[in-house]
Amino acid sequence: MENRLIVSAGPHLHKNESVRRIMWLVVASLIPSGIAGVFIFGRGALWIILYAVIAAVATEALLQKLTGKRIAVLDGSAFLTGLLLAYNLPPGVPFWIPLAGSFFSIAIGKQVFGGLGQNIFNPALVGRAFLMASWPKYMTAFPAPLGFDAITSATPLTALKEGKLLGYVTRWDLFWGIHGGCIGEVCIFALLLGALFLLIRGYISWHIPFTYIATVGIFTYICGPKGLLTGDWLFHILSGGLVLGAFFMATDYVTSPLTRKGQVIFGVGCGLLTAIIRLWGGYPEGVSYAILMMNAATPLIDRFTKNRIYGAL
Amino acid sequence: MKKLAHELIKGIAKENPTFGLILGLCPTLAVSTSLVNALGMGAAATFVLIGSNGIISSLRSFIPGRIRLPAFIVIIATFVTICELAMKAYFPALDRSLGIFVPLIVVNCIIMARAEAYASKHPVMPSLFDGLGMGIGFTLGLSTIALLRELFGAGSIAGFKLPVTFEPVTVMILAPGALLTLGLLIAGTNIIRKGKGMQPLKKKGCC
Repeated sequence: MENRLIVSAGPHLHKNESVRRIMWLVVASLIPSGIAGVFIFGRGALWIILYAVIAAVATEALLQKLTGKRIAVLDGSAFLTGLLLAYNLPPGVPFWIPLAGSFFSIAIGKQVFGGLGQNIFNPALVGRAFLMASWPKYMTAFPAPLGFDAITSATPLTALKEGKLLGYVTRWDLFWGIHGGCIGEVCIFALLLGALFLLIRGYISWHIPFTYIATVGIFTYICGPKGLLTGDWLFHILSGGLVLGAFFMATDYVTSPLTRKGQVIFGVGCGLLTAIIRLWGGYPEGVSYAILMMNAATPLIDRFTKNRIYGAL
Repeated sequence: MKKLAHELIKGIAKENPTFGLILGLCPTLAVSTSLVNALGMGAAATFVLIGSNGIISSLRSFIPGRIRLPAFIVIIATFVTICELAMKAYFPALDRSLGIFVPLIVVNCIIMARAEAYASKHPVMPSLFDGLGMGIGFTLGLSTIALLRELFGAGSIAGFKLPVTFEPVTVMILAPGALLTLGLLIAGTNIIRKGKGMQPLKKKGCC
């Protein structure tokens, strides 16, 4: 019989955990960042989050009904996908952007492959890439923070790419999230709260996020604008979607490697790709594409880092 | 007569190059950005298919078996050159938008496959109808993909803007849109095949 299960080496422990519980806990750990996003960008951001979540859950339920599968929207995975997609959208997009993005995330990113656990790519990032390729006009317009609704401002990374100095954005602004950006990526403080919870409870391991962030920091420090070892590494770590991506999207159980060694390779790969796209690529931000590319490499990494069976030579 | 009709129909329906045999994917993916491009490409491929099938079939006892593939390519290339020059002379705009994919019809595997699998083993008349049927089938497959991509990606049909305005889904006329459309249409084909009790399509195909 064909062995289709990849099981890590024993011993195996039984725990009172389920996919459903973990998914909802990850959702809970993302709530502080959502609150921060709504506080920074206003009530419009809340509507975008709601639209994305409702569309994702509805699409999942509809497709599971159409294909005759058990309707399992209460497992929280579609809710989480919608939430992550919304966190990756600029706060000023029209209402149909989250609807279209969530539909694409669930339909093409997930259900086409067979549903939860079968998808190759992180569904939320598939949706984001789709929106980015289809409607770049909306996906790159960032309203200014704290109520200046009509003004669009560059994100710190866009300003860096265009060679402008962003003197008015301090490190603390970046940390608290008082700058243009996507809804859920700006407030590093809120993201770290959620990430700390997941790390302490052991729902994510440190391997992917820490290697990812460290690689971006080291690489951007080495390849600085004024020659070697002059890069502003702290700016690169605190800006863009790096913290959101590293803790909440690169660690997706389905699309990241199983073994610790594999996760380190995955994290370093994501970090290198992100830094390369940011420094020399066409886009100011590379987190989502870096994670998607490493998702594609995950089966290969898993194959090369398979644990040796205990006792086998 | 009935047999000739059968040769014609099989290329359009059951052995459709795009959705049945999954052949000739390279031009299918590359030039299906608009309906006009697709029809132009389909017409060019149909012309080459009929011509090469006819000549190869009439020379089938003359061409030595061991060098048949080079001989087929010479014959196919002749028709492709005729087609390319005619297109440059009479449809320069179409020629520019199809670009390299017109000369690449030489290595289009539908044409090679029909030469090898059909024309070199059958008389001239059935071969001509086989070429015509496969050509029409290819054109229909290509046009279906192009219609959907142009509709969603540019909001128009054959260059005419739709009366309703919406923000076009730009990704559909980019490369990923071609793969998405083809994949979903093949999935749809498999649903129909399943309904008729036929085998679903397997991983195969070539460019």
